Amino acid sequence: MHETTYHRASSVDEAATLYAKGSEARYLAGGHTLLPVMKQRLASPSDLIDIAKIKDLVGIEATGDTLTIKAATPYFDIATSATVKSAIPALAYLISLVGDPAVRHRGTIGGSIANNDPAADSPAALLALDATVKTNKRSIKAGDFFKGLFTTALDDGELITAVSFPIPAKAAYAKFPHPASRFALTGVFVAKTKTGDVRVAVTGASQGGVMRMPAIEAALKANWSASAIDGVTVSDQGLMDDLHGTSAYRANLIKVMAQRAVTAAG
Amino acid sequence: MSTVKLTINGKAVTAEVEDRTLLVHLLRDQLGLTGTHVGCDTSQCGACVVHIDGRAVKSCTTLAVQASGATVTTIEGIAKGDELHPMQAAFRDNHGLQCGYCTPGMIMSAIDIVHRYGGNLDEDTVRAELEGNICRCTGYHNIVKSVLDAAGRMKVAAAAE
Repeated sequence: MHETTYHRASSVDEAATLYAKGSEARYLAGGHTLLPVMKQRLASPSDLIDIAKIKDLVGIEATGDTLTIKAATPYFDIATSATVKSAIPALAYLISLVGDPAVRHRGTIGGSIANNDPAADSPAALLALDATVKTNKRSIKAGDFFKGLFTTALDDGELITAVSFPIPAKAAYAKFPHPASRFALTGVFVAKTKTGDVRVAVTGASQGGVMRMPAIEAALKANWSASAIDGVTVSDQGLMDDLHGTSAYRANLIKVMAQRAVTAAG
Repeated sequence: MSTVKLTINGKAVTAEVEDRTLLVHLLRDQLGLTGTHVGCDTSQCGACVVHIDGRAVKSCTTLAVQASGATVTTIEGIAKGDELHPMQAAFRDNHGLQCGYCTPGMIMSAIDIVHRYGGNLDEDTVRAELEGNICRCTGYHNIVKSVLDAAGRMKVAAAAE
């Protein structure tokens, strides 16, 4: 790891000020993506701004039709939260599949979505649930936030403060994990909103990162059942093709995981 | 360089570290606590697991400066003098180790699991919860047996206190 200078921020404003002072600063929450990348020398930030101890960035609350999870809340606290389990059990389940217990004690939802790894779980939940990403500057709909491989709509220095999820009528996540890395070889999140709209998001499969599946959404909107997906053709165009699975294999997994998710959602 | 202040195994520790120093290197290289191991150095194998403020964490993926102010427990801090921690005793009695390299991390993760689940542990849960700890010798069979055995012993020990 190259040298870096560590700062611990006590407020969102202080974090933004410290970031602006660094020549090539990065925010640090749990560090479970950033630190491994720094160890490989694929990133060498001049300054690390630790936001994990900022009280305004940790916590979970449900009010009316919305569940809000603050950005630096560790995965473990989300997966075991009675509030999350009651509001959106599919989200608690998805988070319980990230990494392993020790990783979930440190990793955060804000860190995951800021990184936008194409095989991460959280982006699928945000996109399927039509979540809103709150930052220190604005609110961004999930559909506008994820911009492709490791790319988001965040400006330099912009800090995610929370994610707000509209509470759906039904939702479920089905994941086919890579057995060694535990990342999603393909994961599918299905959601039916309280107004009857259907959104389906897929992670781990596309070369462009998390994506929606309009054909599966249309089939499920007409008939919310696993068999409704039988007749849908999923193209392997633009899907990842590597030693872990061919694009055709992933195309099939999208269908199978979508069916399993619908069955789980009931 | 930064000054970090931690409580490690019950003792107040102050150390000067480079900001990029990993917690595991502070423990091993500066403080001589070499029971915590570095296996893969990529947050996968779990040989480096310690407890920070009571939670099992991979110390190879945590900066020492991030842990400043925290309470850290390592494998050296769990026995009471000559009396092994019930998890250590269970690993010995059930032959839960062969080469021993993964064992400190296994034990620290296993104690965390028992703390979280209490007596409600079964084999499937232990296997799932040990996902982040890799052992190349044992095939996990006796490790799982050790954890289940220790869960019972820890319950008895907690009731006695």
